[in-house]
Amino acid sequence: MTEGGIKHRVESGRDLQALEKKGLELLYPGRPRIAVAMASCGRAAGSGRIYESIGDELERRGLDASLVPAGCPGLCSREPLVTVLEPGKARIYYSGVQPADAGPLVSALAGGEVYQKRALGAEVEDRLVVTGRQIDLGPPPGNLGLLADLDFYRPQVRLATRNCGCINPFSIHEYAARGGYRALAEALAGDPSGIIAEIKKSGLRGRGGAGFPTGLKWEITAGSGHDEKYIICNGDEGDPGAYMDRSILEGDPHSVLEGMIIGAYCMGARHGIIYVRAEYPLAIKTVGHAIAQARELGLLGENILNSGLSFDVEVVMGAGAFVCGEETALIASIEGHPGEPRPRPPYPARQGLWGKPTCINNVETLANIPLIAGRGGDWYAGLGTAGSRGTKVFALVGKVKNSGLVEVPMGTTIGDIVLGAGGGPDGGRKLKAVQTGGPSGGCIPASLVDLPVDYESLTGAGTIMGSGGMVVMDESVCMVDMARYFMTFAAGESCGKCTPCREGTAEILDILDRITQGGGRPEDLDTLDELSRVVKDASLCGLGQTATNPVLSTLRYFRSEYEAHIKDKHCPAGVCRNLTVYRINPELCIGCGLCAEECPGGAILGRDDQPRVISQESCTRCGACYRICPQEAIFFTGRGMPGA
Amino acid sequence: MPEMIINGLAVNFRSGETVLQAALAGGIHIPALCHHPGLGHFGSCRLCLVEILAGGRPGLAASCSLPASEDLVVETGTERVVRARRVVLGLLLARCPDAKPLLELAENLGAVKFTPRPGDPGCILCGRCVRACRAVGANVIGFAWRGRDRRVAVPFDQPPADCLGCRACEQVCPVNVIKVVEDRGRIRIFPWQSEIEMAYCRNCGAAIGPGVQAGRLQKRFPVEGPLSGLCPACRRRFQAALAGGLVIQPT
Ligand SMILES: Cc1cc2nc3c(=O)[nH]c(=O)nc-3n(C[C@H](O)[C@H](O)[C@H](O)COP(=O)(O)O)c2cc1C
Ligand code: FES
Repeated sequence: MTEGGIKHRVESGRDLQALEKKGLELLYPGRPRIAVAMASCGRAAGSGRIYESIGDELERRGLDASLVPAGCPGLCSREPLVTVLEPGKARIYYSGVQPADAGPLVSALAGGEVYQKRALGAEVEDRLVVTGRQIDLGPPPGNLGLLADLDFYRPQVRLATRNCGCINPFSIHEYAARGGYRALAEALAGDPSGIIAEIKKSGLRGRGGAGFPTGLKWEITAGSGHDEKYIICNGDEGDPGAYMDRSILEGDPHSVLEGMIIGAYCMGARHGIIYVRAEYPLAIKTVGHAIAQARELGLLGENILNSGLSFDVEVVMGAGAFVCGEETALIASIEGHPGEPRPRPPYPARQGLWGKPTCINNVETLANIPLIAGRGGDWYAGLGTAGSRGTKVFALVGKVKNSGLVEVPMGTTIGDIVLGAGGGPDGGRKLKAVQTGGPSGGCIPASLVDLPVDYESLTGAGTIMGSGGMVVMDESVCMVDMARYFMTFAAGESCGKCTPCREGTAEILDILDRITQGGGRPEDLDTLDELSRVVKDASLCGLGQTATNPVLSTLRYFRSEYEAHIKDKHCPAGVCRNLTVYRINPELCIGCGLCAEECPGGAILGRDDQPRVISQESCTRCGACYRICPQEAIFFTGRGMPGA
Repeated sequence: MPEMIINGLAVNFRSGETVLQAALAGGIHIPALCHHPGLGHFGSCRLCLVEILAGGRPGLAASCSLPASEDLVVETGTERVVRARRVVLGLLLARCPDAKPLLELAENLGAVKFTPRPGDPGCILCGRCVRACRAVGANVIGFAWRGRDRRVAVPFDQPPADCLGCRACEQVCPVNVIKVVEDRGRIRIFPWQSEIEMAYCRNCGAAIGPGVQAGRLQKRFPVEGPLSGLCPACRRRFQAALAGGLVIQPT
């Protein structure tokens, strides 16, 4: 998978061109190129075996083709994904590929055909975002639509994820062929303050959650006079359900490295650290390989590109806690202390790692830097909204058909992302809510699908952009239970240093537990509201300051659901088992007995074609009968409701 | 001297001071628990909250770790501050319902009532003992676990062999849960369970301090001859006598 044969240091623009030339030969070899999406998501779907099977099949047929691993092109729900590019033809994307498909796929390829069974779409051109160059591949096959026309890709503009799924992440040549390291070479030939000015002009704001203007952060760090400074890439990504950063690190590690080197030049840092959570072994491997390659070519180390810049990067594995993604806790954990935050100011830009000025940036933020340095701030600012420029990658997960990573211009509506790209909830269910920002964010009700996704609009609606998690919920989700889930996460991940976060989140969790188990009291809602506001107001770090957003937003938009739990002892979604009673309507029951077969507790009584009855003593309220009944004769109601 | 505004009053501060320090010097009282003037910033109890109106990020901030600065305008008694303080105090009281200092604070400031959670050993996790031990002791106290399971602990929950017996932890604890028992020439510090032999004045027999500490002091600042092994009072007397030309034979 790795590539050897790197001959000598890259010292000039000409050397870079040689790198690029070799990369183009790899990307567009004069023979078929097969790329298997082998990021973590692909591997989980079995792409490792697909890669081997295709390799075996190529060998068996003696077909001359290049087979490479690639990152994730975003459509995770359709993995394993394979792309095939033949000279002079459009690139074909295949989805849901199984090992048994290897044979027919390779034989179709041998005959110059498309393997229709798994074909997803065609790509007729490659656009190199960094340079603006376009490479025409060839005409699409007659009976296959364009990939770009799929619902999933139509609203997307892939900048930060420009190379993910396209290049072999272990190849620095292929990265260079996509315009990589060009922006660095140009940057090193110019003035650091000029690049900072471009980044300020671009309007880029940190993608790690807080949305702080990146150009300003760089300017402050650059101005913090000190001979030793650090730049840290934050790849801790602890939000449940979010994996944008993992995908970039696994699919295009050099984009982050290049962003860091440009940063080092602008701010005068000599050392960089990529902090990757330990649960991302593949990302750690990919990044480690990229660093070694860059070092070998002299793109890291002393006197980079003969500019006098000396900079090197190491990988530090995360300390295994959500709070370690918070910048001061992250620094503490690198220094070997417990991962606990400290009060700011002083901000890391003035006093960070080992007490030295330190710039901490998110993975996605850094991946955008080469684009801005290469094409200018104005170009980047041309996308997005006035307060939120550029694009944002979202991890679309939960009850949604096309789960995966989508990158859209800021200002795209929730509806365009969730219902458009995501295809809405599965199984014809109705959208109920969308949670953005993971455990730190809030829930937006389906009625707000037209809300544009930008920093200000989301904050106004009671949630946050966060790092880009987007959890889709349909009618089958109980909002109180959902809030309880996120509070379980927050209470468990609170480091316990400050009172409101430690005691407050635990207290809120106790109340939510009680409500979902039927012990809710009328005064609970006011207590929840007051506690949540104070935890948000008074906590020491961002964890506590955002931890109660799921509670506050559900209280705001789904208050009636809380009231149903408390007053009627009724969970409208039928999720909270203690509140739910299942019954069979004898008028509708045809006595088919499917429910009895499905019931794990033997709680369904009756025989032959007589209507069945549920024994409330034995019923565990799992809802299996409810879901299986072909007649919709089974219904549930609240424990405290009439007729229960 | 630079000035900032607290509760509408101009208050002087020296550079490097926090808002809490400036307030105290200016005669404005702000309740605080985890703060100790000798132990640096920590900002964990969140009792010392003030509301920033201008000159900083608007909202609540812990005054003990907020640097005073020229254009800062804060208030110590806004509705938002009071509400947060009452909830914070209530949460601490739920943890330690019997802690006298908390009850007194609650009497003055008010506290929201939460269901008490029994089982806590009365510690409010302010971390003063941890910081004091690091600053002047042997750094044998730390935090273990996280979230609500967090507690102050010694390594492996074993009596810490390195404890000097300096009692700094006892002295800084705002809720008096660290207790020291003196018994037959030894002290025992609870809850750490450390046990330290005391050193005694070879003249009058009074306790000088923990033996380990006396030994270390002797190593760093050696005292030889007639002045060694004495308690401060006896040493001063002996010193005066020596200065007067007397030759002393210890009794
Ligand atoms: C509890 C908590 C967890 C965080 N986790 C992450 C994370 O996993 N990745 C990240 O980039 N930023 C995370 N942040 C935000 C960082 O503190 C910091 O703002 C960010 O890394 C700065 O980079 P940016 O300006 O490029 O966004 C977290 C913040 C908090 C409060
Ligand atoms: S005294 Fe300021 S947070 Fe405790």
